[in-house]
Amino acid sequence: MPSVNPLLKLESVSRDFDVSRPWLNRVIEREPRRILRAVDRVSFEVLKGETFALVGESGCGKSTVARLIAGLYRPSEGSIAFGGQRLQMIFQDPYASLNPRWRVRKIIAEPMIFIDEKKPVGEFLKQVGLSPDDAERYPHEFSGGQRQRISIARALAGQPELLICDEPTSALDVSVQAQILNLMADLQERLGLTYLFISHNLAVVSLVADRVGVMYLGRIVEFARASDLFAHPRHPYSRMLLDAVPDLAMSGKPRTPVAGEVPNPLAPPTGCAFHPRCPHANERCRVETPKLLSDVACHAVEEGRI
Amino acid sequence: MILEVKGLTVQFPTRRGVLTAVDSISFAIAPGEVLGVVGESGAGKSITGMAVIGLLDPPGRIAAGEVLLEGRRIDNLPHEALRRIRGRRIGVIFQDPLTSLNPLYTIGQQLEETILTHLDLSPQAARERALSLLREVGIPAPEARYGAYPHHFSGGMRQRVVIALALAGEPKLLIADEPTTALDVSIQAQIIALLKRLAGERGAAVMLITHDMGVIAETAQRVAVMYAGRIAEIGPVRDVIHSPRHPYTAGLMGSIPKVGTRQEKLMQIEGAMPRLNAIPAGCAFNPRCPQRFARCLAERPDLLSAGTSQAACWLHALGEPAT
Repeated sequence: MPSVNPLLKLESVSRDFDVSRPWLNRVIEREPRRILRAVDRVSFEVLKGETFALVGESGCGKSTVARLIAGLYRPSEGSIAFGGQRLQMIFQDPYASLNPRWRVRKIIAEPMIFIDEKKPVGEFLKQVGLSPDDAERYPHEFSGGQRQRISIARALAGQPELLICDEPTSALDVSVQAQILNLMADLQERLGLTYLFISHNLAVVSLVADRVGVMYLGRIVEFARASDLFAHPRHPYSRMLLDAVPDLAMSGKPRTPVAGEVPNPLAPPTGCAFHPRCPHANERCRVETPKLLSDVACHAVEEGRI
Repeated sequence: MILEVKGLTVQFPTRRGVLTAVDSISFAIAPGEVLGVVGESGAGKSITGMAVIGLLDPPGRIAAGEVLLEGRRIDNLPHEALRRIRGRRIGVIFQDPLTSLNPLYTIGQQLEETILTHLDLSPQAARERALSLLREVGIPAPEARYGAYPHHFSGGMRQRVVIALALAGEPKLLIADEPTTALDVSIQAQIIALLKRLAGERGAAVMLITHDMGVIAETAQRVAVMYAGRIAEIGPVRDVIHSPRHPYTAGLMGSIPKVGTRQEKLMQIEGAMPRLNAIPAGCAFNPRCPQRFARCLAERPDLLSAGTSQAACWLHALGEPAT
């Protein structure tokens, strides 16, 4: 995926967490250190003006990637290059991510500390569909959807090139989710923003994303343009995820039943991490970890078996 | 009909006046049928479920209406009698499997206790039954997992144990409140398939409460769409999804992103659902409704027949479909 000028570039980024028992326990019970590899050699680029989505189930490492990019964690290996000046983040829970003791004015003004040309707070509130008068109120006076609008206004106040959105609508009702997704699409169009969108919801991803990376147990197993992924998923895991989405059209199309669960990341399976759940797994999959070849990490796809 | 709810009204007296969380709703569920109850936060769907099983948190109370289980009224029973019915004839599945299981007992002990409370069996037979229930809900090697504690299980497996517990007393009615909301999509699909199979096999009536229209589409035969404490629309799932008769249902369906259909923008319902202390006069949806007219501001519509469904909307006042 060579590109002229990526805004963000991750090269073989990994992140380990030490989840060992306390030192005394380890000595007495003769336990080794236990390392959890949450993100395993992830590489991708995000181009200016696009929406790149990371999708996967709980524990696949997608939020850790977001936090690595935002600088909330340091990578254990690999490098992250950001070609812009500023990035901002929108979090999932609009109840936890706004300081309840601050007025909205102070919340939105905070990221402007580092900006020379300060704009009035009311302008950002108007951009997200709130009234400038709301600046004098406290977060508890707003509904969940309105709070998420405040989070977006705060992010915009930092005048970012890149916005990292970690499950921005997962805590919201569907009608409110629609309002927020439409607002985010508007803002992207007007301000030329670049989004890194993290979600477990494939339907939301298919609506917002230009390109998608599918994650499983810390690794990216497939890259695709959103339209290709949802029409022709290639990796067996992507296929399984798509099959699991409830069929709202009630077309009655036959579906492969989903088997098994995400394995324990402390003891990931050998070879391809997906092999215990994969209907196409063979001996090679059990032994050899597949490389990402032409955007899919799967032996069966590489060998033309599926 | 296994469950009949007639004119159920739930109120919460507060210092600032009485809030009506559920406002004279009526529905019925037949044996083997799954009725979906869908709505956004605060629509009253969970409170309806709690009122049916008599577990309303005080000061909430049933202010009017009746709940009938197999033709017998249960909403006016004393606590002890109702407690015996719950578990024996009504099984309940909640959203969070961790809070429904006792962390200090093994799942085997919890199942056996439930079975012995409700069924007249010997301890040996109870154990046999517990194992067969675990097998039925798809727990691999139940003999080996029998002595395990809830924290040994993953979220999906825990929810299977909760379903086994709910089924322990051979209930006629299952109430599932957001049973798949805390689970990942792939696990969600497994649990939906399980619920559907069990309801079919056992001929139990299921009230499936969820905010997720996709889960309803997969599982239920009929659906009730709730808005601000009332049923806005009720009818066969296919018809409600494909040709919604209430403008709220139409807006709700339009707000749901769908996999694989190319769309630039979602349909949007402006505003938010009113709070319980500020429900507008007339139709509660009127301030957000693109099709409102004079009558909607003045009079509150009851469910009117609209095609194969019923919708609480004046557009159907003449029995004509909306244009």
